[in-house]
Amino acid sequence: MAVPSFLARERIIARPGFNRWLIPPAALAVHLCIGQAYATSVYKAALVSHFDSSLTAIGIIFSIAIVMLGLSAAVFGTWVDRNGPRAAMFTAACFWSAGFLVGALGISTEQLWLVYLGYGVLGGIGLGIGYISPVSTLIKWFPDRPGLATGMAIMGFGGGALIASPLSRQLMNWYDPTYDGTIGTTPTGAAVAQLFVTLGIVYLAFMMFGAFIIRVPAPDWRPDGFDPSTVKAKSLVTTENVSANNAIKTPQFWLLWTVLFCNVTAGIGILEQAAPMIQDFFRNGETSAVAAATAAGFVGLLSLFNMGGRFVWSSTSDYIGRKPIYMVYLGVGLVLYVLLATVGSTATWVFVILAAIIISFYGGGFATVPAYLRDLFGTYQVGAIHGRLLTAWAAAGIAGPLIINGVLDARGTPGQLTAGDYRPALFIMVGLLAVGFVANLLIKPVAEKWFEPKDTDAPTTASTTGDRSLSR
Amino acid sequence: MSTSQRTGDQQATTHTPTGLVAFAWALVGVPLAYGLYNTVKAASALFGG
Repeated sequence: MAVPSFLARERIIARPGFNRWLIPPAALAVHLCIGQAYATSVYKAALVSHFDSSLTAIGIIFSIAIVMLGLSAAVFGTWVDRNGPRAAMFTAACFWSAGFLVGALGISTEQLWLVYLGYGVLGGIGLGIGYISPVSTLIKWFPDRPGLATGMAIMGFGGGALIASPLSRQLMNWYDPTYDGTIGTTPTGAAVAQLFVTLGIVYLAFMMFGAFIIRVPAPDWRPDGFDPSTVKAKSLVTTENVSANNAIKTPQFWLLWTVLFCNVTAGIGILEQAAPMIQDFFRNGETSAVAAATAAGFVGLLSLFNMGGRFVWSSTSDYIGRKPIYMVYLGVGLVLYVLLATVGSTATWVFVILAAIIISFYGGGFATVPAYLRDLFGTYQVGAIHGRLLTAWAAAGIAGPLIINGVLDARGTPGQLTAGDYRPALFIMVGLLAVGFVANLLIKPVAEKWFEPKDTDAPTTASTTGDRSLSR
Repeated sequence: MSTSQRTGDQQATTHTPTGLVAFAWALVGVPLAYGLYNTVKAASALFGG
């Protein structure tokens, strides 16, 4: 599928002297917008009331979006690699914005299916393309610090929710002055529809800014003082290239898929239930020692550690290596989960510290995986490979809530659960982390038979000299 | 445009204005700071009792 010339990869090849520090804000401009996907709880109650529906029916909007994220990243990954980041960001901006506008129409006309189609399907496609759009470009601009570069962008996805939550509350307060953002007040459906229109327009402008400042490096570009042979010297790091179609035939891809799936599922186990969980852990009969406002503060703290972990741990992986950092995420995470299940209810500060570190590992797992893929499969089609790997996220998005909600449903009713009721779910997560830890240990360098011919370079070269990926 | 012409174009050097880099970072940094401030404020309830 051809793209208009102003979006084409060859139009955005940077000339010598271009400042690569313009690329992270371009990536952040996209990720800060699509990160709104984690702030849907702000208007969830309003939509339940507006559509006279259930929490489950409204929750499906977010579920569709996450499933579409995984599917679109997998399906369009090769297209993104072939056409470059500007075409991908432009497309993501159109889908993401259209998702909000169609969703607003659905709210205004009280047609829930339109919200499913808009925010869920169209928005989800925007999420998937947007999420992977800057990743391979950042890896190519920062071959010396790929973990730092992708950590910065994917940190933006976590940061997007931090911005969207208070911004949405403020905007809905403007559109419906009876809503003040405190617990117990709910904005009208009309206010949510106006919020969707506003976000759709603002996000479109913001993401377009990113699309038009993004550049790809010339094929032979290297950062000053960077010697690729120093990277190759680390174990598991290849200077060869593997295509996306071949990557999914390797055990390394599926082992890494398992690692991501286990890490994300375990993290979602806490994130999904964060506010009620801290109250239940310190429940005494009908009341909890933790107030609702304090529980909301706990959710905020987790958001900070989720975002910070993406940047800090991913940057750390540049120094200690990708496999060791995942041993930390999964191995130390496993121990912390055991501690959470056994001594987490002894004191609030113990619970908070354990949960915060676990969530920082959850974020770190997301942010480090593109650099791990680069190490194993090279830069040739790393965006497309990353897209296919994100199906693990979609699967974890289903498995995580199913595990935690399934266990809690079997143990009692919300509002009466205690720490002991969470233990079976937490130990299931411990088992999952053990599986992920073993999968990570089993990852070895990719066999030579999967390498592309020596003249194959990054898609920058492929697209300017006749697309090799099309001929395969 | 042929590949050779493009290659020729790429040889010309460029200079990215520092102001553009600063503006781009400010554009993403200011909203992020707003989000961080509000989240820290919310999280402070955890420590304030």
